[in-house]
Amino acid sequence: MRVFTSRTLTAPLLGLAGLLVTSCQPDADILKQQAVPGDTLPSNFPTPAYALETNPPDRATFELGRTLFYDPRLSRTGDVSCGSCHQQSVAFAHADHRVSQGVDGLLGPRNTPPLQNLRWRRELLWDGGSKNLETMPLAPLTNPVEMDETLGNVLKKLNADADYRRRFAKIYGRSPIDSYQFLRALAQFTAALTSANSRYDHYVRGEAGRQLSAPELRGRALLAQKCTPCHSTDLFTDETYRNNGLDREFSADSGRAHITSVVQDRGKFKVPSLRNVTKTAPYMHDGRFATLAEVLAHYDHGVQPSPTLDPLLRRPNGQLGIPLTAQEQADLLAFLETLTDTEFLQDRRLAERQ
Amino acid sequence: MKFSLPTFWVAAVVTVFSLASCNDKEKEAQPTVGTLDIEMEHVVGNRALALNTTTYTNPVSNEQFTVSRFNYYVSNIRLQKADGTEYPQPESYYLVQESDTESKHLHLKDVPIGDYTGISFVVGVDSARNVAGAQTGALDVNNNMFWDWNSGYIFFKMEGNLVASSAYPAKSFLMHVGGFTKPYNAVRTVKLTFPSSNLLVGADHSPELHLRIDALKVLNGPQPIQLSTFRGAHMPGANAVQVANNYAAGMFLVDHINAN
Repeated sequence: MRVFTSRTLTAPLLGLAGLLVTSCQPDADILKQQAVPGDTLPSNFPTPAYALETNPPDRATFELGRTLFYDPRLSRTGDVSCGSCHQQSVAFAHADHRVSQGVDGLLGPRNTPPLQNLRWRRELLWDGGSKNLETMPLAPLTNPVEMDETLGNVLKKLNADADYRRRFAKIYGRSPIDSYQFLRALAQFTAALTSANSRYDHYVRGEAGRQLSAPELRGRALLAQKCTPCHSTDLFTDETYRNNGLDREFSADSGRAHITSVVQDRGKFKVPSLRNVTKTAPYMHDGRFATLAEVLAHYDHGVQPSPTLDPLLRRPNGQLGIPLTAQEQADLLAFLETLTDTEFLQDRRLAERQ
Repeated sequence: MKFSLPTFWVAAVVTVFSLASCNDKEKEAQPTVGTLDIEMEHVVGNRALALNTTTYTNPVSNEQFTVSRFNYYVSNIRLQKADGTEYPQPESYYLVQESDTESKHLHLKDVPIGDYTGISFVVGVDSARNVAGAQTGALDVNNNMFWDWNSGYIFFKMEGNLVASSAYPAKSFLMHVGGFTKPYNAVRTVKLTFPSSNLLVGADHSPELHLRIDALKVLNGPQPIQLSTFRGAHMPGANAVQVANNYAAGMFLVDHINAN
């Protein structure tokens, strides 16, 4: 209607503008579809560890990374891909698997962590053993109970594939495919896994029409009061390693101490993000809790003493944990639901190509 | 002396031209950079290092052993001058492997011409590059010098076999040194002065610096290592630091300089 009115007023000029608009509009749509997921940093997030400029998002490279992520040939047996254990519908965690399951059905010692907002992570894995998003895949790739392959063999397989050779050469302009190209392309996909469009995000960014309910808002206040600094910032983790009182001794898994060889780090694990937490069961580094209700019950009355137990879990009266009434637990669970990012979980650009 | 005007102008023009060409010649004849070759000669005490085939004696304990692998990174090379200034080589990363003859020749290009009195370098890889992600060349993570699960470069590898004695059985040993964070930071800088003569890098001087790297110093250092009881090093930690302290203390020596 407005266009019609304008056109009648200044036909020649607006005709030109109209042409521009009509010629621009489809382009803009295509551009939006072709944009790389996560190529815009969410305004409510802190500064990323893996800056956009480090490996500038590029459509072809992202697609190559996506192909690699879902390629089972990266494993020794040819039947386990990154995507086998990192499923999009559950924020790239592994649904219903207490611990990771690798080649030949071998079980690992730890729960498959979700892959989301990795661009903001300075250290990766439950123990922080990996210090860069690009070299992180080497851990599962070579782990005997995960993909059990060597980097050399992976490169051989990629170089033996004409399609990969063509796609890599087009991007990197040289051959053969080397570890640099392989890891950089894969990182384009893993860095793109950005979850920042939950109901909470829309609310906190003041985007129109997005409100949280009274229980959700109470839960948010409770989280800020009782669950920070561990689950702080809009990433809902402070990226530290802490012993949250699951066990009294750590012979099964020393956690962070496995990396640092420091006694004071025994039993400490990376504080996980709470984003999409309702989707990423089971919980804790060893997947021991099946539900979030169990997790909250643990903090309320299950915390075990040990020399490295986090001081925040020792109360002045000598008791351990974070007391939470039934109402508080219900409110916290209501808030955690708002951190589910359906857009991320269903973004077809992140799915395996059918 | 008396010049006619035309003669003056001819002379002036010729002079100007010859000056100009003279300047050009000077620019061509006096480049600002030269090259330096560093030769790494691996020895075990007073004998050459030969992988697998030669049995050596640990001076710490008289243990007999062979060496099957001997690799290390040299990085962040700096050349010092007498006036205290130094030239830090940019993008300075070298992987030296006994099994790869070519890798034992470090070819430094674009070294500013000058008279150098010493050299320093990191044995290993600086902390920044340890966390910098995928790399190429010497730092390619596919060079079998990178830890996957506790990610970072392996700065030094010495592997071999201990020959059995009446006191202990034969066993293999493995020393993989890395780690760049406290309290087990194994990054070590070695500083060597040129003892007899300076190292002159010039337009017509492409010197060769011969370093002698004595593997025995890994064992016979400030914190001596008995192979039969040493539990090896395979991750950042106290054992890796012990090996690093030993090799940093005396493994690298200036043997001689070929002025060329």
